[in-house]
Amino acid sequence: MCLAIPGCVIQWNETDSPFASAVVEFAGVRREVNMALVPEAREGDYVLVHAGVAISCIDPEEARKVFETLHELALADEKAHAEAAEADRDEEPGANA
Amino acid sequence: MKFLDEFRAPESCRRLLERIRAAASREWTIMEVCGGQTHGLLRYGIDQELGGCVRLVHGPGCPVCVTPLESIDFAITLARRDDTLLASFGDMLRVPGSRESLLQVRAATGNVRVVYSPLDAVTLAQKTPDKQIVFFAVGFETTTPATALAVQQASRLGLKNFSLLVSHVRVLPAMELLAGDPGNGINGFLAAGHVCTVGGFDTYEEFTARYKLPVVVTGFEPVDLLTGILECVEQLERHEATVANCYSRSARREGNRAALSLIDAIYEPCDRPWRGLGVVPMGGMRLRAEWAEWDAQRRFQQEMPPVAEPAECRSGEVLTGRIKPPDCECFATRCTPESPLGAPMVSAEGACAAYYRYALARRDPRTR
Repeated sequence: MCLAIPGCVIQWNETDSPFASAVVEFAGVRREVNMALVPEAREGDYVLVHAGVAISCIDPEEARKVFETLHELALADEKAHAEAAEADRDEEPGANA
Repeated sequence: MKFLDEFRAPESCRRLLERIRAAASREWTIMEVCGGQTHGLLRYGIDQELGGCVRLVHGPGCPVCVTPLESIDFAITLARRDDTLLASFGDMLRVPGSRESLLQVRAATGNVRVVYSPLDAVTLAQKTPDKQIVFFAVGFETTTPATALAVQQASRLGLKNFSLLVSHVRVLPAMELLAGDPGNGINGFLAAGHVCTVGGFDTYEEFTARYKLPVVVTGFEPVDLLTGILECVEQLERHEATVANCYSRSARREGNRAALSLIDAIYEPCDRPWRGLGVVPMGGMRLRAEWAEWDAQRRFQQEMPPVAEPAECRSGEVLTGRIKPPDCECFATRCTPESPLGAPMVSAEGACAAYYRYALARRDPRTR
């Protein structure tokens, strides 16, 4: 019910709320979307659309941060694995011989 | 699709799963209150992957499922009139009323129209001046602005043949009801990302302070869901309870101001019966007095006396997370999507439908 789909604003048609509207593209499909709640959206921005109404502008910087954090987790995991492997080698009999 | 595909990447999910497993020193019980999230968790098997670390319980996150029987019966009464077309989201059609569903009425009368947007119902009213068009306005805060826009548009267009059957609900009062129940066993909440996109999450701060439960604003894709669960588990492990935002690409603390002022102009909070929960104080929205002419209940002078639920259906316990759908004796036997006893089995976001669709298919032992 609360499903909202991201789409790219192609062209504003009307700026007068409550009829504000723009053409928004979803994976190649273009649809007219009500834009009354996102007057700040510019062409090329991504908006989240629910029941024919754009409810927010997607912040690409915030989206990127999720993957930055994931990348940091990956680096931390690799480091931990490398350290564990090192420790295993040290414990092997004859490793220091 | 941008902002979807990357949030479904298996490698990212695997990494987050490992993190959650490593972080959890015991099994934590976390409730989501959004049917879209319920389906995401089941569809991607996240509930199974986290067995032993996180027990996911499903709250009343499906607006269709909590719409009271008397509202559905009223909608059916309207659709049976010769002068009326009832416009509704498709989700609502198969939900059983006390005697029949809107789908059955559509077959009998042709007076039910499925629309994608409430604004399509306004267009329908413009094109069909000889009929009264009633839009069945169900939904959480995510949907409320869209129906408020429909009222504003109808008003500006001077339409005399458009009205709303309002059954909007508000999430936070229902969370308070659940959190206030001492036997709930809930350790933390995932808050619904799109509800918070509209309404913000500053209002949750008082909630976390009062109930000492973490609330994590969470999105809908697997990476979003796992990021939200990880944040919740980490807070629980640190004995913290704060509001965190793991859906920051869309949800902001203060919400969407344009949407909030629009809602406030058209609607006001009111007590509202929720199917399965009973009356939730301030759990609903109604049209303000100055917009009463758009109220279908007033236009058709209809009272909505409470209607008793079928005794067999345990959807009340499902909607409050007390049982999981397969715990119900009727699940997948006397109650199926084709022949449902209650709303959670037919709504696209109902918890029973999610278990029927995903857990049965993977022969989850919990579904027998």
